[in-house]
Amino acid sequence: MALLDVRDVTMKFGELVANDRVSFTVDSGAIVGLIGPNGAGKTTLFNCISGFFKPTSGSILFNGTDITGLKPYQIARLGAVRTFQVVRPLKEMTVFDNVLVGAFLKTSDNKEAFERAAECIQLCSLENLQAKPAGELSIGGKKRLELARALATRPKLLMLDEVMAGLTSTEVKLSVEVIMRLRESGITLMIVEHVMEGIIPIADKIVVLDGGVKIAEDAPERIVKDESVIEAYLGAKYAQRFKAQKEGGDHA
Amino acid sequence: MPDPILKVADLYSGYDGIPVVFGISLEVMPGELVAIVGANGAGKTTIMRTISGLAHPLKGQILFEGTDISRHPAHQTLKLGISYVPEGRRIFSKLSVEKNLALGAYAEKSQTEIQRRREELLDIFPVLRERANQTAETLSGGEQQMLAIARGLMSRPKLLMLDEMSLGLMPSMVDKMMETITAVNQTGTTVLLVEQMVQEALEIAHRGYVIQTGKIVQFGAARELLDSEEVRKAYMGM
Amino acid sequence: MQRNTLSKKDAIWLGFIALLALLPLAPFVAANSFHMHVVILILLFASMAQAWNIIGGYCGQVSFGHSVFFGIGAYGAGMAVVTYGGAPWPGILSGVLLAAAVALIISYPCFKLSGHYFAIATFAIVEIFNRSFLVWEWVGGALGLDYPLVKEGLTNLMWYDTKTGYYYCALILFLLIFGVVRWLEGHRFGYYMRAVREGQETAESLGVNSTAVKLSAMALSAGLTALCGAFFAQYNLRVDTPMVMSLDMSMKFVLITVLGGSGTLVGPLLGAAVLIPLQEYTRAFWGGLGGGVDLIIFGLLIILIVVKQPAGMIGIFHAVRKRLLKKKNALKGEYTDGSP
Repeated sequence: MALLDVRDVTMKFGELVANDRVSFTVDSGAIVGLIGPNGAGKTTLFNCISGFFKPTSGSILFNGTDITGLKPYQIARLGAVRTFQVVRPLKEMTVFDNVLVGAFLKTSDNKEAFERAAECIQLCSLENLQAKPAGELSIGGKKRLELARALATRPKLLMLDEVMAGLTSTEVKLSVEVIMRLRESGITLMIVEHVMEGIIPIADKIVVLDGGVKIAEDAPERIVKDESVIEAYLGAKYAQRFKAQKEGGDHA
Repeated sequence: MPDPILKVADLYSGYDGIPVVFGISLEVMPGELVAIVGANGAGKTTIMRTISGLAHPLKGQILFEGTDISRHPAHQTLKLGISYVPEGRRIFSKLSVEKNLALGAYAEKSQTEIQRRREELLDIFPVLRERANQTAETLSGGEQQMLAIARGLMSRPKLLMLDEMSLGLMPSMVDKMMETITAVNQTGTTVLLVEQMVQEALEIAHRGYVIQTGKIVQFGAARELLDSEEVRKAYMGM
Repeated sequence: MQRNTLSKKDAIWLGFIALLALLPLAPFVAANSFHMHVVILILLFASMAQAWNIIGGYCGQVSFGHSVFFGIGAYGAGMAVVTYGGAPWPGILSGVLLAAAVALIISYPCFKLSGHYFAIATFAIVEIFNRSFLVWEWVGGALGLDYPLVKEGLTNLMWYDTKTGYYYCALILFLLIFGVVRWLEGHRFGYYMRAVREGQETAESLGVNSTAVKLSAMALSAGLTALCGAFFAQYNLRVDTPMVMSLDMSMKFVLITVLGGSGTLVGPLLGAAVLIPLQEYTRAFWGGLGGGVDLIIFGLLIILIVVKQPAGMIGIFHAVRKRLLKKKNALKGEYTDGSP
């Protein structure tokens, strides 16, 4: 049984069809990438899954439970937690308190919650910043905070929305390491990304959206060769570079 | 040997009196495409904001075409010919593409001149011509980025400063963006850009400066930086 | 970060409260009944503001409707004594519970309105209750309720000879409400309230049932406010609608807290400590003309706060301290190098 089962989800805003009968599954323990041009419906899909939008039609099953139309806090409590593309720090609260709010989801005991928060802060390298008001962090710090806070909720499924935007390649590599460690700890991940080196090498499966429609769902190495994906999204240059890297890598 | 169009000397700048960049010195020759690269939070945007006048230096000097612009506010630097396209697009989302462009030339009085420039830019950015009457918020991320750059060019700047143009763009758009920036530079506009996609930026630049925790740690011809061991390891993940 | 355990700040508070407990013995207070009156009012209004602070400051839902709960509490006590001729306690209890119930009923639909619209709706609620009570015979209508002369003491919660009894009641009220808020600060619910204030959708995405949090905070706030209203009735010996259930009174809740520092523990006390003496002493010394002076100064203070320092007096203290620290560091030497 898949952990997340998206079935024919359609999301309409009046006449505008943002998601058009999108279906795919995410297996427990997998890393699934969700890619596509801006406006393809990726964040809308996230909003549908996490309860911020109620899909016009279709259904979403999480861990066997129908979560279509449930409220965001209910879905979070069931273990599906998302981050926001445009980060949303709880500005006047300290970094520590931000993460603590997440930690309180699974326990009401202060000691346990404080420990969990401290753990996640360390994981995301925020120790030096924990007493600062979250609003004062740099954009990179805010992104790490967004992740730490979601982690503190002990999610089964973590949905990350463009967490690597604006990172150098080396920083991307470090983020990838963090994500792999998360997977090892038992978290299933669904990741929206534009930074290809942050998702192609680690995903078990890539789902491609374009214009609200799913145009591909396959293993990464086939996705980068898929003509429709190259046309709509990757561009010829990236596809070539990936090919060159692969061949260079094979010879190295 | 011509004079640099922009010369920054021993610049200290930051927020609330606390410096974020320490003793930055760099120069840009007329017609060049210079890239400032570095990690998140290294101080790249602070440098750009200080040069453009959105922030004031704590110490140091900024010379533009020989004039000291260190304490000039942003609208004055625009009049002198510096156009700064900030990080995050910052287009006027409720206004049409045409209106956004027109606002880029607000310092220009002649309507015919504004028309002419707009036509020129819609030639360079055909996708904007298609969407000329659409509201800016209906454009995709990449198109909005194009609009931001086009708007920056409406003032006919001598120096175009671009901050993180690749942010949030899909791979094919990033390529297009880099091609566009190269094309703009080739028409004669000097370009100073800040980028976190280090490889892509150095591939189109003539020269580059590498910033780390507020200081320049390496600089030189872009080709050399691309081949440098340290740069490859520290920034390009190699 | 461990805010549930006692800290240095808590020690200062406890010391302060000990001082307050001894205050009636201080010569200038004991001798002059008016000064005692001012201190009692400071404690009362600080308590009221702190009750408001729960929903308005910590939870970020600005309510201009709190005089409704204050009034319910006042009328509860008043009717028990005046209409039913008994001790106030049953009335006080009913008032508190009724206020909480009314809070839940009104705010459930109002919380569906966002930000400013919620505040505006609460304006309307006050007016509705104000007009209704004015024409309602059972509660005394426009005439109000005047307290009869009864045996003084704790049973009737009334004293005539000295104000000391009232003082200690007010102090207990203050301790109760400030204690509740201090406890909330370190408890999960307190964190959830602040999260809802800082970003309701964000909080929801972290599993916070924002509706339940807001409703609970509102009910708690309303109940505690009603308790203050009941005390006021017992102290003032008269209850009428323009006094206890008016926009005028509602504004005091908001202004005192915002002036002192909304969402902080000490803010309501600071605000009350500034505004109440201002109000009482100008009224006392300038009689007729003085009646409006305090309002003028109120108004000016509000403008100043909103324009210059929305974080209130606490915000001013923090800003001054930051500037002094910066001067100290700058004097230490030129800019410190950023290297770790």
